[in-house]
Amino acid sequence: MTAKTLYDKLWDAHVVRQEEDGTALLYIDRHLVHEVTSPQAFEGLRLAGRGLWRTNSILAVPDHNVPTTPQHRGQGTAGIEDPVAKIQVETLNDNCEDFKVNEFLMDDIRQGIVHVIGPEQGATLPGMTVVCGDSHTSTHGAFGALAHGIGTSEVEHVMATQCLIQKKMKNMLVSVDGKVTEGVSGKDIVLAIIGKIGTAGGTGFAIEFAGEAIRNLSMEGRMTVCNMAIEAGARAGMIAVDQTTIDYIKGRPYAPANEVWDQAVAAWQNLTSDETASFDCTVHLDATTIEPQVTWGTSPEMVLPISAEVPNPEEEEDALKRNSLRAALAYMGLKAGEPMNTIRLDKVFIGSCTNSRIEDIRAAASLVKGHKVADNIKLAMVVSGSGLVKQQAEKEGLDKIFIAAGFEWREPGCSMCLAMNADRLESGERCASTSNRNFEGRQGQGGRTHLVSPAMAAVAAIKGHFADLNALSV
Amino acid sequence: MEKFIIHKGLVVPVDRANIDTDAIIPKQYLKSVKKSGFGPTLFDDWRYKKAGEPGMDHSQREINPDFVLNQPQYQGASILVARENFGCGSSREHAVWALTDYGIRAVIAPSYADIFFNNSFKNGLLPVALSEDSVEQIFKSMKTMDHYELSIDLEQQSVTSTLGEQFDFDIDSFRKLCLLNGLDDIGLTLQHKDAIRAYEEKRQRQAPWLFS
Repeated sequence: MTAKTLYDKLWDAHVVRQEEDGTALLYIDRHLVHEVTSPQAFEGLRLAGRGLWRTNSILAVPDHNVPTTPQHRGQGTAGIEDPVAKIQVETLNDNCEDFKVNEFLMDDIRQGIVHVIGPEQGATLPGMTVVCGDSHTSTHGAFGALAHGIGTSEVEHVMATQCLIQKKMKNMLVSVDGKVTEGVSGKDIVLAIIGKIGTAGGTGFAIEFAGEAIRNLSMEGRMTVCNMAIEAGARAGMIAVDQTTIDYIKGRPYAPANEVWDQAVAAWQNLTSDETASFDCTVHLDATTIEPQVTWGTSPEMVLPISAEVPNPEEEEDALKRNSLRAALAYMGLKAGEPMNTIRLDKVFIGSCTNSRIEDIRAAASLVKGHKVADNIKLAMVVSGSGLVKQQAEKEGLDKIFIAAGFEWREPGCSMCLAMNADRLESGERCASTSNRNFEGRQGQGGRTHLVSPAMAAVAAIKGHFADLNALSV
Repeated sequence: MEKFIIHKGLVVPVDRANIDTDAIIPKQYLKSVKKSGFGPTLFDDWRYKKAGEPGMDHSQREINPDFVLNQPQYQGASILVARENFGCGSSREHAVWALTDYGIRAVIAPSYADIFFNNSFKNGLLPVALSEDSVEQIFKSMKTMDHYELSIDLEQQSVTSTLGEQFDFDIDSFRKLCLLNGLDDIGLTLQHKDAIRAYEEKRQRQAPWLFS
């Protein structure tokens, strides 16, 4: 038998049929749905008189548009002040009721960001194909699953047929060798990877992340890495199953139990790339040299270690690239040569499907403890990824640490990662954000986003500017 | 879906790489539950002086005269040419809906982000991938004349310009067939209902936990 990569195995196990040109019908096990990219799909089904192929494959939750302020959240959809956003959330509720889809409503403790709740509930399992009308669906690949974002037409297609029309991607291995130094997180690893291969480096590929530094990550850290595969251009990122994966899933509400659990665990042992499997492309990173990362520009690939200086566009030889560097610096209001650790901030956002899990909240809280948010920070907020993450953090007293330091402690949702709700940057404001995209206008028109880890965001909030992780101990 | 066979139209150059879907259609417009009406807010942050909101009369907003879409010579353009990695970022199909609602029928760029590329074909928008050199040539040629048009022949997989330049492109045979005939993907897939059922039955025996 030919040696297979993890992606080969996942692909082969889900092909229903294949055309001569390689176009395949790929079976989808789990379909996650949220309010923004689903209304037109449900409407399409209605217009064509079609139903859902397999209702129990779908789990729905409103996350992008929900308010995160406690006073608004207590009121359900009535608390959404923006009438257009309110209609969208109500439309999801109505659609889920009409089509009998399992939905976690806004006031359900299990509500949260779709990519946090899937794994949290055990609705994401190894060996699955997972799709969602959201590009950060790659997150679920951390479980040895084939997971990627789809557009709304494909959402409708999966609803009606349980399949996607797909062509196989190429295989890329990104191996992060050796151990990272203390304080360097999954976020720093993935930003360093994107810095190395670029935002289009993974286009056309499914990326498998491997190597000692990846294996040493918790499931939370692995989800952060896979989450940003899309920022490296790859729709799907994945990590082989090991004991860490299995321990995380055991006992979760949607996970198998009893004899079926044992049967599943036995099957999941095979969800690794064969030793002799070949990849179309392999990239190595030395984990020991990865420092905490900060983006300085308007693309996630514009990233450097905290100890670096803002680059000089004039040193770039390629004219097109030079222009884009100049444009990025102008938009970000930065000067070439400025040390990264002197960049002053206006806002700090800890949250998003990249970094809003309990480990992220703990990492930030451990640094914030006993300190105060700097005077120049107009708003520092922590937005948990789900009601259950928030509850756990509160049980550990982490909310009190943040509130005492001057942070706002919010209700779960996508929040300022993409600023569809009221949480946003004003023009010219500069933000340390644990989210995934620093595109122009992403967090509000004219807003300036720097992507960092939760620990780096915490330190930045206290110092008022970016600083190294040990800045608070000296 | 609207068929795409041959399209001839005016070209508008948006000379940037990595044009992301947040730039193509900013998030505030994603709150709509419809597929139409996104044209006036295509490239909203670049096109207007101030941020817009859904429900505004966009024809009354102050435009940014420097942005290429607002320049008189490009009014009525139906083909957009850009640099590499066009459509990167989120999966929002609204980006494609904004382009088509504005009147764009084809994009020409050296490369595309995967999800955007996929979404285009579902909506009759043809994303043509040409080499960097060919795209550079188009940008250069456009500077030499006022009304630069391209004719895109999907059957022949070729692009011809007003100046007589010709560029060939590759496309998957299945995608080409769907676009030429305006086929509905779901209808096509449902022709294989029995194969899907058979797969499910087999899979459920092997991995029952996937079906509970």
